[in-house]
Amino acid sequence: MYPYVLEAEGISKGFPGVKALDNVTLKIRPGSVHALMGENGAGKSTLMKCLIGIYTPDTGTIKVKGKEMSFCDTMDALHSGISMIHQELNLVPYMTVAENIWLGREPMKGLFVDHDILYRKTDQLLRQLNIKVKPDEMVGELSIGTQQMIEIAKAVSYDADVVIMDEPTSALTEGEVFHLFRIINDLKEQGKSIVYISHKMDEIFEITDEISIFRDGTYVGSDKTEHFDRQTLITRMVGRELTQMFPKFNDNIGEEVLRIDNLSRVGKFHDVSFSLKRGEILGVAGLVGAGRSEVMESLFGVHPADSGSIVLEGQQVTIGSPAQAIDLGLAFLTEDRKKSGLFLVLSVLENMSIVKMPKYIDNRGFVKHSDMAKDCLEQIRKLNIKTPTMDQIINNLSGGNQQKVLIARWLLAQPKILILDEPTRGIDVGAKAEIYKLISELANRGVAIIMVSSELPEILGMSDRVMVMHEGHITGILDKADATQEKILELASE
Amino acid sequence: MENIKMNKDVVAPAANQEGIWDNLKKKMPKDMGIFLVMIGIALVFEVLGWVFRGQTFLMNPGRLVLIVLQVAIIGIIAVGVTQVIITTGIDLSSGSLVALTAVVAASLAQTADSISPMYPALVDLPAIVPILAGIGVGLLCGVINGYLITKTGIPPFIATLGMMVSARGLAQYYTQGNPISFLSDGFTAIGSGSMPVVIFLVVAVIFHIALKHTRYGKYVYAIGGNMTSARVSGINVDKYLVIVYSIAGALSGLAGIVMAARVSSGQSSMGMAYELDAIAAAVIGGTSLMGGVGRITGCVIGAIILGLMKSGFTFIGVDTYMQDIIKGGIIVGAVVIDMRRNRAKR
Repeated sequence: MYPYVLEAEGISKGFPGVKALDNVTLKIRPGSVHALMGENGAGKSTLMKCLIGIYTPDTGTIKVKGKEMSFCDTMDALHSGISMIHQELNLVPYMTVAENIWLGREPMKGLFVDHDILYRKTDQLLRQLNIKVKPDEMVGELSIGTQQMIEIAKAVSYDADVVIMDEPTSALTEGEVFHLFRIINDLKEQGKSIVYISHKMDEIFEITDEISIFRDGTYVGSDKTEHFDRQTLITRMVGRELTQMFPKFNDNIGEEVLRIDNLSRVGKFHDVSFSLKRGEILGVAGLVGAGRSEVMESLFGVHPADSGSIVLEGQQVTIGSPAQAIDLGLAFLTEDRKKSGLFLVLSVLENMSIVKMPKYIDNRGFVKHSDMAKDCLEQIRKLNIKTPTMDQIINNLSGGNQQKVLIARWLLAQPKILILDEPTRGIDVGAKAEIYKLISELANRGVAIIMVSSELPEILGMSDRVMVMHEGHITGILDKADATQEKILELASE
Repeated sequence: MENIKMNKDVVAPAANQEGIWDNLKKKMPKDMGIFLVMIGIALVFEVLGWVFRGQTFLMNPGRLVLIVLQVAIIGIIAVGVTQVIITTGIDLSSGSLVALTAVVAASLAQTADSISPMYPALVDLPAIVPILAGIGVGLLCGVINGYLITKTGIPPFIATLGMMVSARGLAQYYTQGNPISFLSDGFTAIGSGSMPVVIFLVVAVIFHIALKHTRYGKYVYAIGGNMTSARVSGINVDKYLVIVYSIAGALSGLAGIVMAARVSSGQSSMGMAYELDAIAAAVIGGTSLMGGVGRITGCVIGAIILGLMKSGFTFIGVDTYMQDIIKGGIIVGAVVIDMRRNRAKR
């Protein structure tokens, strides 16, 4: 017998200019649930990609059941008994549940797929996992949570010894999370191991047996879960006390600037009503798919609402396009930087100046490049954006600096209301702290801020009030004093 | 996650670590690479000229004008097509629009001594009438392209493919397949001598400035860089797309009248496959089919390279079928090199 089913030792992985992993160790016991903890950018994902053959580590050894392995691709890893549930869903929406689960390894009858066996095997698997879905349902028609359960079924279907789960519960309701935990316990009893990556502390303490901690690409340490408490775990993850992340608060909240009444968009959200005051930070919490981003998109005119009213500084307004929203003094930092924020092939200057562009046109119709450059340099300095020049192509900047450029883009428009959708997603701790500071300063200067976030510490640390959404409805608005992690989670999954 | 960290450390020290060559490369205009390729091709033909013909290729001013003259009409189209491609679009209708606008303009430019004028009541009109009619028809077709794409959401490839087929058919229907000749001197003047070259260069300068120094240009690059981001940034994307396709249509119309004036005739078979040469000129000149990247200067150089090859191959006596075979290879090669260059940057 072997003491560890999976042993990775001395793993280093460099990318041009940086070490993403530096001499990292991970040892997984058979029949255990092992948590991987660390901030964004700590190297968890890179390590997992090394373990499943997406990356080849520069140094170090990977042993599966005591045997040294080197994986060329994910197929190799699957054959050695390691499967992974990725953070993003990788299902094909136009195919059935059965076809998705067995994609690439369909049972064949001669040249043709043997549909009888395919559906029988799927039925068996779903029954075993107690997932109540028919094998011939189209995946695209299932809820996000159910799709996630199909992903889980798929990972289990490989009959792997180690199943890696990267944030498996981010899209699940409380009931589904409970269901997942039952599946995990079943797998454990069969002697399988789970590597569990999550930012949700409650889950970590509830389901895992051991915790390994990573910080900035290095291995901090491992121990049994029962030897940790919440505070020591956070401190070891971050390397300092978390309280200093969030700057002091604005006690200077002014009059109401925005009032939303019964805003609805069919199929997305219903009867959303809330208000916002000058200098206030309104946190918006909820699970993925709760309709938070959709509300913000309607407020900003990207996809106008079907009904309801928007009152801005006492005036009833209709917002039919982003251009109108900008004219009314709104700004919207979108959730997905790459998809709806950045112009990846353009420069920092061009990315930053695009919203304010109409103001840079002189009366002959030409762009005033000098004014543009002056504004840009000022923002680079104020926001501490690290770029060699303002003509640098923005794709070459780090995520944190890209995000700062996008924030600068909206600051140049001098908005009255700033909507931030996941403002710190995928950026490192240092840049995060700077962005928090910036948000506080803006609030202090009287800008009203709506901050949608899936990171509870951020919501709790920054918000004056917290609005919680669930399946397109507001389930509660909590004052800062009443807002706790437990209460928000309860409202988010009720 | 990892590329974020990777880049953070790469960006700052990179400036110091680069060699002299890299620094030099940064200071050079962006089209220097393709410009050197153009010079290289010219020199190759110079050498081959001495080898095969025993005479100079380049030191003949008449030929230099001819080289540009050959591609002036393609070049005018390519200036519009470049802008379309920057927005991640494509325009397949330009060749057919050349034919349609050429016959429409020719039909309004006929003199009284035409044997059978199309409109006997409308002969000997001032040249401005057929010119405006030609450009107007091109503009109108461009507007239709733009609205089809933005209002129905069909891909630019399909919308302009439809226009390509219909416009060619319309030109044939309009002329019943007959050439329209006996055009007024005032009209043919815009195609005579090196006028097409002058028109091409003026058009190129205007749109070079428009792309670099106006809001229109900034928005075109933004739309091509990321249409969703552009929309969220308050840009009226649909409006600008319609403008871009309209400009491309109008420039095809301009190319059509220059062509009709040059050969003193309007024919429905004109401009066959010109859209592909125009796309080739844009792409050789560094315009990315992925959008957001491209320059008029590059497009002009791309067009000149096409002209150089045509003139050069004819000069050293390569037969025309062979020329097309080589041209195809060079177009593909240019894009392969361009993609590699872009990948190296990432």
